[in-house]
Amino acid sequence: MINDNAQNNKDIKLITEITRSLKVSLWFVFLTFPLLVIKVDALEKTVEYRWQNMLYVAIGTFLVSLLSKFFLDQNTKRKERAALVTEPQIGFLERIFNEPKYLYPIAFAACLFALIFPLIFSPYQTNIMTTALMYVVLGLGLNIVVGMAGLLDLGFVAFYAVGAYSYALLNTHFDLGFWIVLPIGAILAALFGIILGFPVLRLRGDYLAIVTLGFGEIIRLVLENWNEFSQGPSGISNIDRPGLFGMELTLNQSINYMFYIMIGLVLFTIFFVNRLQNSRLGRAWIALREDEIACQAMGIDKTKTKLTAFALGATWAGMVGVIFAAKTTFINPASFTFLESAIILAIVVIGGMGSIVGVIVGAFVLILLPEYLRALSDYRMLAFGAIMVMVMIYRPQGIISNVRKHIQYDPEEKTAKKSVDTTQAGKS
Amino acid sequence: MSLILDVKKLSMRFGGIHALTDVDLQISSGEIVALIGPNGAGKTTFFNCVTGIYKPTSGDVLLNTPKTKNIRLNGLKPNQVTIKGMARTFQNIRLFQSMSVLENVMIGRHCRTKSFIFGAAFRTKFTREEEQQTIEKSYAILQKIGLEVSANELASNLSYGEQRRLEIARALATEPALLLLDEPAAGMNPQETQDLEALILRLQQEGQAILLIEHDMKLVMNLSHRIYVLDYGTLIATGTPQEIRNNPTVIKAYLGEGADA
Amino acid sequence: MEYFIELFFSGLTRGSIYALIALGYTMVYGIIGLINFAHGEIYMIGAFTAYVIATVLGIYGFPVLAIIVLAGLAAAIWSSAYGYTIEKVAYKPIRHAPRLSPLISAIGMSIFLQNYVLLAQTSDFLAFPELIPDFEFMEPIAHIVGTTDMVIIVSTIVIMLLLTLFIKKSRTGKAMRATAQDRTMAKLIGINVDQVISVTFIIGSALAALGGLLIASHIGQINFYIGFIAGIKAFTAAVLGGIGSIPGAVLGGFILGLTESFATGYVSSDYEDVFAFSLLVLILIFKPSGLLGKAEVQKV
Ligand SMILES: Nc1ncnc2c1ncn2[C@@H]1O[C@H](COP(=O)(O)OP(=O)(O)OP(=O)(O)O)[C@@H](O)[C@H]1O
Ligand SMILES: [Mg+2]
Repeated sequence: MINDNAQNNKDIKLITEITRSLKVSLWFVFLTFPLLVIKVDALEKTVEYRWQNMLYVAIGTFLVSLLSKFFLDQNTKRKERAALVTEPQIGFLERIFNEPKYLYPIAFAACLFALIFPLIFSPYQTNIMTTALMYVVLGLGLNIVVGMAGLLDLGFVAFYAVGAYSYALLNTHFDLGFWIVLPIGAILAALFGIILGFPVLRLRGDYLAIVTLGFGEIIRLVLENWNEFSQGPSGISNIDRPGLFGMELTLNQSINYMFYIMIGLVLFTIFFVNRLQNSRLGRAWIALREDEIACQAMGIDKTKTKLTAFALGATWAGMVGVIFAAKTTFINPASFTFLESAIILAIVVIGGMGSIVGVIVGAFVLILLPEYLRALSDYRMLAFGAIMVMVMIYRPQGIISNVRKHIQYDPEEKTAKKSVDTTQAGKS
Repeated sequence: MSLILDVKKLSMRFGGIHALTDVDLQISSGEIVALIGPNGAGKTTFFNCVTGIYKPTSGDVLLNTPKTKNIRLNGLKPNQVTIKGMARTFQNIRLFQSMSVLENVMIGRHCRTKSFIFGAAFRTKFTREEEQQTIEKSYAILQKIGLEVSANELASNLSYGEQRRLEIARALATEPALLLLDEPAAGMNPQETQDLEALILRLQQEGQAILLIEHDMKLVMNLSHRIYVLDYGTLIATGTPQEIRNNPTVIKAYLGEGADA
Repeated sequence: MEYFIELFFSGLTRGSIYALIALGYTMVYGIIGLINFAHGEIYMIGAFTAYVIATVLGIYGFPVLAIIVLAGLAAAIWSSAYGYTIEKVAYKPIRHAPRLSPLISAIGMSIFLQNYVLLAQTSDFLAFPELIPDFEFMEPIAHIVGTTDMVIIVSTIVIMLLLTLFIKKSRTGKAMRATAQDRTMAKLIGINVDQVISVTFIIGSALAALGGLLIASHIGQINFYIGFIAGIKAFTAAVLGGIGSIPGAVLGGFILGLTESFATGYVSSDYEDVFAFSLLVLILIFKPSGLLGKAEVQKV
């Protein structure tokens, strides 16, 4: 009898769920009707009704609605269970990437694979990989600003542009080489970061986001219109590829060379960001993210601390900018639109804010997937947008969440070591 | 005994609200002074004005420590005030919840340490030694406060009373010449309050000057050398605990509030 | 002098459009404290819906007046529906998350909608039919201010007045103000906060759609990207006037429109957008509370 009742309840629940999803589906059919179904041609004076789209929407939204309900239920159930049980709550991926036992072999294998990559794959593939690595570094740079310091920067691409134009201009006008301009570009970008950041960093988070977006657009528009300086929309071409002790490199060789330069930069960046995360400065960022007022009352200079993060992020963007200019040998303002900032932000957010491994995974997934699934590349930005929304709702910590290492102090031995705090992880 | 803090004619207005009007207050080194008054009297506002979180409408705040002779704090930012030698706790606890207890105290050491980007990246000798010192000093402060067993816990896992003590530890880590405590006993059980009393007394015996906001009259009367009473933003009385206890104006201010509640 | 007046009216026209979109920003920000980054996209969707419906009706031979009314209605209805849905899907589930989460969600939504229209319709510029006919009585001054301009300016002012009246006097308006002041308190005294927020999105979206319709018929072309720039400019207008303030949004819109018009007319048209962005940056740095807004004080 009792079983029967439970079964009945379940059936009723299922039926209400299905009716609800039907309603949702109907609503979306209505919503998408004028833009997705009707297509007009004003010149030919024809109207085309794409009824198949209506069908896709109906079925798609129905399924999504059912599944998301199911997913949410699971989520709340899991949370309820987590509240009852106090055992460590670390996800599978986090466990793998935070346990040196697993992480080091994986990292080692990845490095080895990277070293021989150009030998196994075609220059075309190597080139794509170099691009992905550039986004890894851009992501890690933005991660300092967004993930570690908690400042939403929507104009990150401006610093990338500063780096790229530094090299393009210094190279074409003064014949300066790649290796000289690499640090110059980084420093110029950092200076830009400081100059732009100084007045705006005291603004509240969401205003900061908009101001940085405004700055980014201003820089792009100036590049587009100041013809004497940047040659406007037509851009700058014939930029030198990086030199290797004065040797002449063939195109393929220089593609490989570029790839190894990027591998070097990625490794250096990971090393740097990791050290930074566990330093006095890194702690100040976390504290600042959590409570600005308490932080200031503890004697931390809010502006200086934020500015450091901002300038560091800019430095990395500047370096990648120089590399970008050297890799493509041609740049124009179209490479530095808001969309580019949005892609880098998506990498950080989807990969996992604050998590180094997360950002790396995010960059590979977001840059390589559309590259290899050409058929889907039209839908790339559509998917980016949708995934950003979904990540914020269902998994705000990203693909691989940032499991912060806490200092574990042992008073007997007077030693401190970093370890993953088990009670903290898994919480969003 | 020399004057540490000298506040002259401090006033603060929020639009039409006169939260503070011409408040004068002095603290000498080694003293425990209490600031009391009914809810909404302006005590927390006084702290906020003195520590730079609010900019007072008028008045002067002078700090006088061995390191800084008679400097005006008006217009300084909160972090600069802390560096000059004044640290505070918050009435509504503002710990860094996702950090460990030890790390919270380490944040307090931030303004007394130096290592920066380069040191962080390359772990120079200076940075390593400084980091080690930060940890050891922070741990020593936790021992003094009696929280050392929880050093590696998350701040959010502490009990309410322990969190209040951690706030004190964090403030102490900035090496303040004057410590400001905003209702440190709020929400504590009698045992915790007693421990707190002992702690504050111990700090005072070590030479720490303390300004204390507190509603627990027993604690205030036991600890303070002098008491200032605020009501509707104005000082209505100052004096020793004995004098305050028998002051008719004070009794009326409190009874008035009592009749409301 | 004539050139000046011409620039003045073209500035007011631009400004009216910005104002119409800015109203949506300001209302939403006032109530849930979110910069609705996707609001510009709503305006773009309004313009596209109007385009599609107007063209279809034109092909089926409807009279001009019917086309104007029906296209306008369709734009308002569908934009509102989008606004309502976006709030339910992308913002409501994370209303209590840290402040940056909804903003990132909004950015994602904006990217999604842009590409949705790009894929569903086209990436080309589309010629938008001129919906507002030239009135005869405007003939003598038509070389300075066209009929479209006049219609746009007047309707913006009327809409602002109606909206202010609605928020001051109506039951829903009062509920909106209460929710803006203190959401928890509003809930306690029995206001259906969810419903109030939905209404806010619906009204804001309808206004943006109207803006979309008017500007499209004024400029004569649309594409999927118009929402981004217009959105940021409208946001600038809202901040300039003081975000949260309805007269402020309109004032901000007019000032921005006039600035742009004069700057491009007398200085250089290359830097049209730079002026707007610079204005945005300058206000946020020097007067983030705007002209008519109230400064926020954080209680400690
Ligand atoms: N930022 C602010 N804006 C407006 N009014 C404020 C602000 N801060 C404090 N006030 C007002 O100033 C007055 C004094 O408040 P304050 O918090 O200083 O009281 P208090 O003495 O600390 O009270 P309690 O014992 O309840 O903590 C109150 O009326 C309060 O509403
Ligand atoms: Mg108080």
